[in-house]
Amino acid sequence: MSNQTVACIFATGWLLNLDNMRRDVFQAIADPTRRAILSLIAIQAMTPNALAEHFDSTRQAVSRHIKILTECQLVNQKQSGREIYYHFNPQKMKEVDKWLQPFRVTWESRFSQLDSVLKNIKTK
Amino acid sequence: MSTINETIYTKDLANKKVMVVRDFDAPVALVWQAWTDPNLLDEWWAPKPWKAKTKTMDFREGGTWLYSMVGPDGTESFCRADFQTIHVEKSFTASDAFCDENGKPTNDLPGMQWYNKFIPTATGTRVEVEISFASIEDLDKIMEMGFREGFAAAHGNLDELLSQVVV
Repeated sequence: MSNQTVACIFATGWLLNLDNMRRDVFQAIADPTRRAILSLIAIQAMTPNALAEHFDSTRQAVSRHIKILTECQLVNQKQSGREIYYHFNPQKMKEVDKWLQPFRVTWESRFSQLDSVLKNIKTK
Repeated sequence: MSTINETIYTKDLANKKVMVVRDFDAPVALVWQAWTDPNLLDEWWAPKPWKAKTKTMDFREGGTWLYSMVGPDGTESFCRADFQTIHVEKSFTASDAFCDENGKPTNDLPGMQWYNKFIPTATGTRVEVEISFASIEDLDKIMEMGFREGFAAAHGNLDELLSQVVV
């Protein structure tokens, strides 16, 4: 199987996956409200009410954001007594780095070639 | 001396930017030449196993670099970089887009904005590349394409590809 074929299969698969993007970490953090929620609960776990107080949007809108963050596992819910607390899941944020990995491979390849080019023109 | 310089990657999702910083053991004049002379660009711009092939290069403000990435099986994908501002041996900005062989942009893939800075250091040159996107979705899509190239560069197999796709 050629690289081109693999690339096509991959690209098609990715496009088909667009519908599932809602559960994707990157979609989740693309939204400014959700980023604000994450920075709040990264400092300390919070109840839905405490969290909603920080936002102008309705409680319903906030819980919709929480739902998306929970679905992609950036947020965990823990019951403590009668209250639910939202916790930030830093493990999941590591995926952001995983996602950067291919970008790195591309640039490493590029730059090591650039090193050789520079070495060659320097000795000319 | 042939130490491998480390590349620093930073992402700024709030501003839809990705930054790449790398030191080179060569003076600014040479690094600048490698980034702006089409013959030299063709030697390094494409990540392995792709090859960059310049069709036309007009390196001046308002000018365009039209080039293709040639795959191992010979297929060509064309890109164009339109230069906006150029400060010789200091920095240049360009917008980058996918296009056909005549330079007509294809709208199905997002473009990017480049800001490349060349800074003299004690041992050579520091290059700072700042790539910005119109939206997070565009950034995401380009990263996926980078994945595709990176995969080929790593000479992996399909199983490996799939294991990395499934997050």
